[in-house]
Amino acid sequence: MTIPATTAGTPARKSTRPNQYFRNMSAKIASIPMILTAVVIFAGGTLWTVLYSFTNSRLLPRMSFVGFDQYERLWAAPRWTMSIINLGIYGIFSLIFSLLIGFLLAALMDQKIRFENTFRTIFLYPFALSFIVTGLVWQWILNPEFGIQSVIRSLGWTSFRFDPLYNPDLVMYGILIAALWQGTGLVMCLMLAGLRGIDGEIWKASRIDGIPAWKTYLFIVIPMMRPVFITTLVIIASGIVKVYDLVVAQTSGGPGIASEVPAKYVYDYMFQAQNLGQGFAASTMMLLTVAIIIIPWAYLEFGGRKRG
Amino acid sequence: MADIASLNTTAVAIDAARPQLASGPRGKRPARAFSGTNIMVYGTLLVFACYYLLPLYVMVVTSLKGMPEIRLGNIFSPPVEITFEPWAKAWSSACTGLNCDGLSRGFWNSVRITVPSTIASIALASINGYALANWRFKGSETFFIILIIGAFIPYQVMIYPLVIILREMGIYGTLSGLIIVHSIFGMPILTLLFRNYFVSLPEELFKAARIDGAGFWMIYFRIMAPMSLPIFVVAMILQITGIWNDFLFGVVFTRPEYYPITVQLNNIVNSVQGVKEYNVNMAATLLTGAVPLIVYFISGRLFVRGIAAGAVKG
Amino acid sequence: MMTGFRAAILAAGVVLPLGAAHATDLEVTHWWTSGGEAAAVAELAKAFDATGNKWVDGAIAGSGGTARPIMISRITGGDPMGATQFNHGRQAEELVQAGLMRDLTDVATAEKWKDVIRPASLLDACTIEGKIYCAPVNIHSWQWLWLSNAAFKTAGVEVPKNWDEFVAAAPALEKAGIVPLALGGQAWQSSGLFDVLALSLGGKDFYFKAYGDKDEATLTGPDMAKIFKAADDARRMAKGSNVQDWNQATNLVITGKAGGQIMGDWAQGEFQIANQKAGTDYSCLPGLGVNAMISTGGDAFYFPLLSDEAKSEAQSVLAKTILDPATQVAFNLKKGSLPVRGDVDMSATNDCMKKGLDILAKGDVVKSTDELLSADIQKQKEDLFSEFFSSTTMTPEDAQKRLASIIASAE
Repeated sequence: MTIPATTAGTPARKSTRPNQYFRNMSAKIASIPMILTAVVIFAGGTLWTVLYSFTNSRLLPRMSFVGFDQYERLWAAPRWTMSIINLGIYGIFSLIFSLLIGFLLAALMDQKIRFENTFRTIFLYPFALSFIVTGLVWQWILNPEFGIQSVIRSLGWTSFRFDPLYNPDLVMYGILIAALWQGTGLVMCLMLAGLRGIDGEIWKASRIDGIPAWKTYLFIVIPMMRPVFITTLVIIASGIVKVYDLVVAQTSGGPGIASEVPAKYVYDYMFQAQNLGQGFAASTMMLLTVAIIIIPWAYLEFGGRKRG
Repeated sequence: MADIASLNTTAVAIDAARPQLASGPRGKRPARAFSGTNIMVYGTLLVFACYYLLPLYVMVVTSLKGMPEIRLGNIFSPPVEITFEPWAKAWSSACTGLNCDGLSRGFWNSVRITVPSTIASIALASINGYALANWRFKGSETFFIILIIGAFIPYQVMIYPLVIILREMGIYGTLSGLIIVHSIFGMPILTLLFRNYFVSLPEELFKAARIDGAGFWMIYFRIMAPMSLPIFVVAMILQITGIWNDFLFGVVFTRPEYYPITVQLNNIVNSVQGVKEYNVNMAATLLTGAVPLIVYFISGRLFVRGIAAGAVKG
Repeated sequence: MMTGFRAAILAAGVVLPLGAAHATDLEVTHWWTSGGEAAAVAELAKAFDATGNKWVDGAIAGSGGTARPIMISRITGGDPMGATQFNHGRQAEELVQAGLMRDLTDVATAEKWKDVIRPASLLDACTIEGKIYCAPVNIHSWQWLWLSNAAFKTAGVEVPKNWDEFVAAAPALEKAGIVPLALGGQAWQSSGLFDVLALSLGGKDFYFKAYGDKDEATLTGPDMAKIFKAADDARRMAKGSNVQDWNQATNLVITGKAGGQIMGDWAQGEFQIANQKAGTDYSCLPGLGVNAMISTGGDAFYFPLLSDEAKSEAQSVLAKTILDPATQVAFNLKKGSLPVRGDVDMSATNDCMKKGLDILAKGDVVKSTDELLSADIQKQKEDLFSEFFSSTTMTPEDAQKRLASIIASAE
């Protein structure tokens, strides 16, 4: 299965050793923008922020080192601890429900339904709208005074209570409702693209063998869609880690600090508090956590010999 | 359905027709229009459609109301007096400071930014993905993993280093600088998207092309790209939305003459002090979202084409 | 020779268009984008254009998180605008120290800013190491209690004249189904409310000892405990105002669903648009009816250092124009804020604003917290009060301890 090594190597094998570096030359040249981006922007930029997280930079970056002071302050801040906990809750539920709903919708869309275009656009349209206003609309819908709660109460169920955004214990779930609304359309699209990439023969074969549809999905189709799932997972996860606008638009982190998230801490301290050092320290902690999880997994996933 | 019924009547034709039916692209379509499966499929889709449409309903209804009605009224109630003034205002007379020509002002700038940025970022990323999937070289995975981690960096953190880099390159404040920035931040996810899609394509195709003597670019343009319509559509959806709705890069890395439509949207929606005109906010959001929406709707048809391509190759 | 040229332009002033040869485009960034704000900016632009130059507008809404990174990127990226709005105070200090901002001392001296700007502390906020770096344009004050006359009528109690009466009226309001105090959920509103309590109930000396001298004994002492006690009352009274934005909270007062709101003078605009009249429909109590003192925050323009001589000249003209008496009146009437010059006629303004002008004329003003505390401290304070006002478990004593430690960490 080592396609790249064997196929790419076939013609080159005849040539002599000095040509080693020129093998795959086109591929290497084509990858130069990627290499530059990875090394200069992402690796370089990250090192730069890590370096400045050890300074007391305020409005502008400056080289006056203060050791781990920024980190000590970060971990002493109740708001940061709260942010981490919230991200955990939000992340787990968001991941599960995005994948579930996204795949379910894609599978339904793939049933040769009528009005496929219309349904796809309906599920996808929230993705096109600005966070600030969609956050505002959900804030209205979830507002106990004029949203769903008041409508249901006016229908006669007067003890009905639905005010997730104003209840510190439920607020992250209130944000989740809007987040799923905004993001599952894209997940559906990714899954649909994956399903459409699957050979039609598979379905024919399984039908001839009399395997029920759900079994075909679970044991044949989903494993075949592994690459698409991985892509989706990274897209969802990176969206979760960076979640910011939606929280600002719906709750501004409230009630109190009950819906604060790490990215918001980073931006607030970088640009509102004008404490770049503190913001960089927080972003370094975020990135460190992500790196610890991703690097080993990524080497297993992308670095190994297996393909597909 | 009708075909099957008529075929059934002619017993002789069954055997002849079977292979034809089997090779058609119809896959696993439920047999009857009103079968239980169909009711479930459409029922579930409709329930979800309601969840997705409710906020749209609120937005549309609000955008058609006058401000006094919004201040006092129920958000779900249809407008007593329908007014299109908020839409007109959002498009052509809402003010960004002193420039009172609404969203229309930044519209063409947004087109000028979005078109080249989308094309550049997708072209770059699809080639990256193709190289990573089929033409690996020493170290390519490491660069790729750095990119993936890059997807998790909150991009605001990168503003200052990028300002410094672009300043040193001498393209700070230009359109090409902004296109580069969009290509950079689109690269992690898009590269992953293409790499994983190309990896899942049948490898025989690539092998056969290599044996025929086709090179890197030939295989990309003749085989890989045409077979990847659905994933190009997904990439387009991602990029057009991201770039069209981008506000921060558009203003941080360019000058006022290039300011995108979102600057106006931000100014309508995000005013810190003063009255919030919710009806204009909603109209402006819907108008700004209209362009990506139209793209979704049109490009969505390519998904169906993707199936056809799949059937042909199969 | 340069100074001669500059003086000539200044002498030409607002009256004489300088002719095409000297017309210069100057890009000005600011975050005044709502209706009234934009109308106010238009006055500035009109006055500037009348000098023969051209105001190129670069409005970006959203002061803190949105506009600031843009402005700073432009300045540090080597492609600065001609002038930019900033809250005066300590925000631009570092840009000045980095040598990126233009020294306006020559303009200020020629225009005698020291004599006309009132209160003098406004100019102090622009002064770094003896040089003046910004042109203040208006004064906004925080210390106002806005009361709904209708709400108190419904509850059957007199409209309160001060904070204590307001607290005493709270049970009656609640009984009538009215939220006594409207408070939006955003952090800056809670923090601002507390600062108003501190100045209005604690008085000027206390306020300065706590925030200016950062005196530990004051911060941990019984006077501060009293303020926290009042904040605890406010917290109880604000329960049930389920809104986020400050203007949604103001709207609760306008519609009589809430008794009152503590908010800056910009809330006035909301009452005006809802056609409410000061005195009959709503009442305003500067300094909560206790200490009629206002803090003088506000906006100012800063000018990045430019290499282009013509643009530098245009900057001088703009700085001068901003403080021109006619511009001051026109701008502040539209903006609903107070002028920074004491020698202009603001008789066109309404009753509540007149109260503000009186206080200003008497000199009962203090520096705003923006000037006394760094943005970093302010942000931590916001986090604390946001938590305090929504919490049911955090005691005033705990909160006081945390505030003391936050302020103690100031450099």
